[in-house]
Amino acid sequence: MAVALAIKDPNREKALIQRRAISFFMLTVLCVGVLVARFVQLQIFDHESYQSRSDKNRIQVQPLAPPRGLIFDTNGVLLADNRPSSALGIVVERVDEIDVVIAQLRDVIALSDDQVERFREAQKRTRRPGAAVIIADNLSDRDIAALAVNRHRISGVEVITQLQRYYPEGAIAAHAVGSVRRMTERDLQEQDKAVYRASQFIGKRGVEAYYEQVLRGQPGFQRVETDAHGRIRKVIDIEPPTLGQNLTLYLDARLQQAAVEALGARRGAIVALDPKTGGVLALVSKPSYDPNQFIIGMSDSEFRKLSESVYVPLFNRATNGQYAPGSIFKPIVGLAGIASGAMQWDTEIDDRGSFRLPGGEREYRDWSWTIDNAGGQGLVDLRRAIYRSSNVYFYDVASRLDVGYLSELAADFGLGKNLAVDISEASRGLVPDAEWKLGTKGEKWYQGDSVNMGIGQGDLLVTPLQVATYAAMLANRGKIVRPQMAQVRDRDRGNEIYPTQSSQFARLTHDDWVNTIAAMEDVVHLGGQGFRGNGTAWAYIGQDISYRMAGKSGTAQVVEIRQGEEYNEEELSEFRRKHAWFMAFAPVDDPQIAIAVLVENGGGGSSVAAPVARKVLDSYLDSP
Amino acid sequence: MSSDFQRQLPTGRNIQQDGWLYKVHLDPMLLTLVCLVLGFGLMVLYSAAGDQAGLFDAQVRRVLAAMAVLVIAAQLPPGVYLRWAPFVYVLGLLLLVLVLLVGIKVKGSQRWLEIPGLLRFQPSELMKIAVPMALAWYLQQRVLPPSPKHVFYSLVIIALPAVAIAAQPDLGTSILVAGAGLAVLLLAGLSWRYLVYASVMIAAAAPLLWQFALQGYQRQRIITLFDPDRDPLGAGWNIMQSTTAIGSGGVFGKGLLQGTQSHLDFLPEARTDFIIAVVGEELGLVGVIFLLLLYLCIIARGLVLAVSAQSTFARLFAGALTLTFFIYLFVNIAMVSGLLPVVGVPLPLVSYGGTSIITLMASFGIIMSMRTHKAW
Repeated sequence: MAVALAIKDPNREKALIQRRAISFFMLTVLCVGVLVARFVQLQIFDHESYQSRSDKNRIQVQPLAPPRGLIFDTNGVLLADNRPSSALGIVVERVDEIDVVIAQLRDVIALSDDQVERFREAQKRTRRPGAAVIIADNLSDRDIAALAVNRHRISGVEVITQLQRYYPEGAIAAHAVGSVRRMTERDLQEQDKAVYRASQFIGKRGVEAYYEQVLRGQPGFQRVETDAHGRIRKVIDIEPPTLGQNLTLYLDARLQQAAVEALGARRGAIVALDPKTGGVLALVSKPSYDPNQFIIGMSDSEFRKLSESVYVPLFNRATNGQYAPGSIFKPIVGLAGIASGAMQWDTEIDDRGSFRLPGGEREYRDWSWTIDNAGGQGLVDLRRAIYRSSNVYFYDVASRLDVGYLSELAADFGLGKNLAVDISEASRGLVPDAEWKLGTKGEKWYQGDSVNMGIGQGDLLVTPLQVATYAAMLANRGKIVRPQMAQVRDRDRGNEIYPTQSSQFARLTHDDWVNTIAAMEDVVHLGGQGFRGNGTAWAYIGQDISYRMAGKSGTAQVVEIRQGEEYNEEELSEFRRKHAWFMAFAPVDDPQIAIAVLVENGGGGSSVAAPVARKVLDSYLDSP
Repeated sequence: MSSDFQRQLPTGRNIQQDGWLYKVHLDPMLLTLVCLVLGFGLMVLYSAAGDQAGLFDAQVRRVLAAMAVLVIAAQLPPGVYLRWAPFVYVLGLLLLVLVLLVGIKVKGSQRWLEIPGLLRFQPSELMKIAVPMALAWYLQQRVLPPSPKHVFYSLVIIALPAVAIAAQPDLGTSILVAGAGLAVLLLAGLSWRYLVYASVMIAAAAPLLWQFALQGYQRQRIITLFDPDRDPLGAGWNIMQSTTAIGSGGVFGKGLLQGTQSHLDFLPEARTDFIIAVVGEELGLVGVIFLLLLYLCIIARGLVLAVSAQSTFARLFAGALTLTFFIYLFVNIAMVSGLLPVVGVPLPLVSYGGTSIITLMASFGIIMSMRTHKAW
């Protein structure tokens, strides 16, 4: 055999190759059969599952953010607008090396370490698959152009343009309108995810927060075909979002501006109400901040400057600043005295500059008290006690008054509670009474407490908003009003109506209101009476006034002055000086506006706060 | 010459009857089939190219150039190939060594040689022809079936370039080159038992190969084959997207230019290695079977031409080239449809790219040459 094999036989070899070729061909057919079987499996048996997989690949449901309702002032001036803003996002799933992409982006646009850090945080949070994670906000036109040019180089990034809140008035109306803030993880947990799936911002302060549900609208959806890079190729169908409702406020942007200017560089707050409706015409808290910064985003140091400033610009003094009312509380004390029958309008006392409780050691002083005991207002009745702001008179009234009457009447004016219809975060202040003192301090109510309360000191705390409401009720001759920001009918809101059954107001006659207002008119207009005869504010605001204003000043102590010491403003540090108050309404016959002005650590109410109030009222009443 | 055989194969016609094309050494049937596949390929590529129309034009130019290469290759008589076989092989081997030394790296593999400003080519591509040619040359001098000694030398002839190419690394081409060589051996009558033994040995050595022979990414590709969902955005992405494209095509496909997987860039390498997925998505099972039938016809015609060639060298050479073509398409389609791990093998005559088309068309030219030239 070996010999036979050694001989080359062309025919045998040809036959061998033929056989092999046939075998190979059969093998080939077999293999092609396997391939066909595989394609039959994929394209017939598993077709539907691959079809849906292919659709899931390309078709995405995207939520569409609803444009937020706009906010206007009473004259149609825009207070909160929406503006298109472009953000840069990275679709993490479509990117191999995040670091490489970030490095590439940094060649094109400026990215701070801060932004990159925030991006990395956001990247860790749960999100819809395929949703872009924002790395840079508020791209400039230049950035957008630069990104468009380099788009082919950098995959997995997209520019997302959305409407974003813009506050044209900036810091001027910040505390009045409130603002939206970027939604946090916690917001998302607390809120309805379906409603906020497309939103990045949520109302966090003021009107924006209270009317969030009205303003926010409902998101829409669109089904889009996207390519593998997440870019939209075409929109398949669209369900448009429901626009948020617009809101018109009572706020008057011009008056707001005037109030801001009137307060100038001082710290403090101004609240102006329409006494008829309770509509908030102006609401100023200074220092303020630019709410747009929270939307555009700011650096950590900028934010720290805002949040850690000793002047607390983020704090809304108008609604949440709680201060002793000082002498602006006196009309309430007087009315409580009348209502309780403790005294009459013509009851006179001799004010010698200081007051002692019967058998008491402590000397309560008038504001006009001097160390040589030459102060005092002389013989005062209630009217004179108000326009001269006699401490001694109100010490006397308060000492003879059950504190229950006083605190109930104060509550009727809205002190110690939040009467506001749509300012839910407003502070309640504090109107102390015997029950409160026992509960909080564990002490019984002393007569001395009443005496202190008689001049608006002690534990009594009020907010500028409450004082403005109080002024509005005086202007209304006792008709109750509730402050409110937005011109929305009550039935849309469904809030409970303020209960009036136990009102102390019922004990007061129309004459009581008229007399009180007349006394407050004297505060401003009674002049030329010589030493210790003029209204306390006359010298500062009453001499050249073209309309009739009723007002009351107050100067609230921040620190207690010990017995036998004189108050020396020069020696006190900035934050220990007295607060200056002025409340007023005008015109007296047909009140259009009621106002409260507080100047923190400003000094005298008549000299500091009253001129501010006058400027605001001038601007409102003199404007065409 | 067995006249019996000619009667058995109805396609094997008399040389004299084949008209003018035969005078220029072209086989009309094989040429027609090849042109049909090329036309089909251009049609699919036109769709896959999408808005990049330049790609299509470039491919048309390459196809025309490759056609010229086919015609030229067909003109060289088998004797020329026989004489040059050992030299071409040795030259190819030297070039492969050169590639490993001074080759150009593209995408992590060192596959190219460049004469700056003049040309740039892959010597491994040459080996797809040179290895079967050298083996056919070697074995035609021996008695067939080859003795174990000659089988051993043959294996050495195959192994040298295969290892050099695998080292680039270019596993796909290495498989094709080794496959071409083994095809020659098997055509020459190597007992099938050897194939069985080899398979058993490879299976036994698999754990060792896994540990030492495979690169990390190659291991990953094998894992992916069995569990593509394991890393759907990474290694599994390609195969998941290609099976999705094919599966979503259904029986009749989404229509030419309508494939969402390919046109929305979900399918990677849609114009090159993964183009069969575009066929599956846009033309459906019908399109795929049509293409497979065309391929099968080419193989049948190639084998017929091979066995009816004039010499053992010609038969072995032409047969091996035909079988290489088959390995090409099988590996590619099995890989894209998720039957084999991903290796870089293009779909013959259809995938975008010049190198493989030119080599393949040269092969078809050679197959035609082996049959159409008179005995020498």
